[in-house]
Amino acid sequence: MDYTLSPLGDQAVVIEVDRDISMKAQDKVLAVTALLEERSPDWMVESVPSYTSVTVFYRLEAFEGVPYEEVCKRIHQLLAGVQPGRSASRRTVRIPVLYGGEWGPDLPFVAEHNGLMPEEVISIHSSGEYLVHMIGFAPGFPFIGGMSEKIAAPRRKTPRLRIPARTIGIAGKQTGVYPIETPGGWQLIGRTPLELFLPEQNPPSLLVAGDRIEFYPISQKEYDEMRGGRP
Amino acid sequence: MIKVRKAGLSDTIQDLGRFGYQKFGVVTSGAMDAFAHRVANLLVGNEETEGTLEMTLVGPRLYFEEHAVIALCGGDLSASINGKPVPMWKPVFIEKGTELKIGPAVAGCRMYLAVAGGFEIPLLMGSRSTYLKAELGGYEGRVLKTGDTLKVKGRNGQAEQIFSRLECAACGIQSADWTITKNVLPVLSDHYEIRVIKGRQYDLFSKESRHRFQTSQFAVSSQSDRMGYRLTGPTLQLETEQELISEAVSFGSIQVPADGDPIILMADRQTTGGYPKIGQVASVDLSTVAQARPGNYLSFREISLEKAQELYVRRERNLQELKTGIALKFR
Repeated sequence: MDYTLSPLGDQAVVIEVDRDISMKAQDKVLAVTALLEERSPDWMVESVPSYTSVTVFYRLEAFEGVPYEEVCKRIHQLLAGVQPGRSASRRTVRIPVLYGGEWGPDLPFVAEHNGLMPEEVISIHSSGEYLVHMIGFAPGFPFIGGMSEKIAAPRRKTPRLRIPARTIGIAGKQTGVYPIETPGGWQLIGRTPLELFLPEQNPPSLLVAGDRIEFYPISQKEYDEMRGGRP
Repeated sequence: MIKVRKAGLSDTIQDLGRFGYQKFGVVTSGAMDAFAHRVANLLVGNEETEGTLEMTLVGPRLYFEEHAVIALCGGDLSASINGKPVPMWKPVFIEKGTELKIGPAVAGCRMYLAVAGGFEIPLLMGSRSTYLKAELGGYEGRVLKTGDTLKVKGRNGQAEQIFSRLECAACGIQSADWTITKNVLPVLSDHYEIRVIKGRQYDLFSKESRHRFQTSQFAVSSQSDRMGYRLTGPTLQLETEQELISEAVSFGSIQVPADGDPIILMADRQTTGGYPKIGQVASVDLSTVAQARPGNYLSFREISLEKAQELYVRRERNLQELKTGIALKFR
């Protein structure tokens, strides 16, 4: 497997496996991440996967000599046997969504922008095949690829100051879910009863890089039941 | 117990940070000036991983309902008891019934208060650090408020030795008759030269921008916080505008959004970012950046990665020596 190593500051090294975002790039990222987790070498603090690279934070104290050179050597040794594709057993996570209404105030806008009925937006959004490329930006926040361009919509000119946790939004050609309350300019189309950020659990995130996602519509009644009385 | 009689501007519990969960988007947080945090803990006989109170520009008024030994390190936020200054960078015994007033800052930006034994704060994902934006960790995930109570854990080992050595009756306070060597202490001013190594996208910047980065002064803007320091000065541009693929960032990454004003990512930075990084603050100088406040100036001097790592290893050795030295004082 081809990759390059380069430093990120004096305590991290970036393993870059590709130049462009693709399924193949993600297979490599997942394989590298899985291998690092499995071996979990004592010089490693943690690894952070992204679209086309895996960044490894390391302990300088673990090495004699020049730490960066040493860590590169160890990574080359580790990755000698990596086989992308094999370790990528992907989960499918189904995410229920209460579309429109109070929690999806921009559903009419997204529909109008694309010359569709709101029901058609729901149908297209909930029939797509999605992939979690990485988790970043906020705790548990998935960068999701695979949304149909038929329901793409520009960001709001003025961002909202507060978007409630678990809101589903669209920004350009991307869809996403906000795990925690945050300001943002996304067009909001619905809300899921599922918690995406679970600080008391390990892992603290419902989703991990590599997951496939399916959204499916639910009613207000089902939403309330799934929340079990919680707000 | 320690009572918060009046809260400061932003008092949070921090430690060395929350590591191992960045792959789930969990921000590391932790002390902005990790050096001051660590020294404060060492001075009171704690492990470096204990939580300390990070105070910014104006600290709180704290009322001690029990005897305690504390250490104050980092920026000088003019700590005082009954109008008399409390010394920094050494362990200080505080008698019960004493009020400690912290603020305003006279030099630097952030002060750290460690208490012998440590604050009783639950661990979340292995850390006591507070991440305010997600209301996570620390003291109920938030800044201290007037009326809050900080509990102090029981002292053991070295923390108890230091305590019993300094304890006195009806003395108000009593500080150790020694302090740590001056050459490891930060020099606080209003203009700092920060050592940097090249950022991952350094070569994508225009020749002119690279030159400006190396030779100009940048002002720390008022829109600077635990997440990042926004800098103003000459703007920096890529040779050709392009969209980058998001990737991991780290403490001290200097990224440049399209408006050309650089941002230094600090303790509460997001885990990933898509802006080009022109530079990266050498780890040993992160504490210095953390002590710069809005209106102060930063300039950048490039060093090699090898040099940055050498400086880091040397400072770790200094801290080890300091630790041994403190242990000897109280044996």
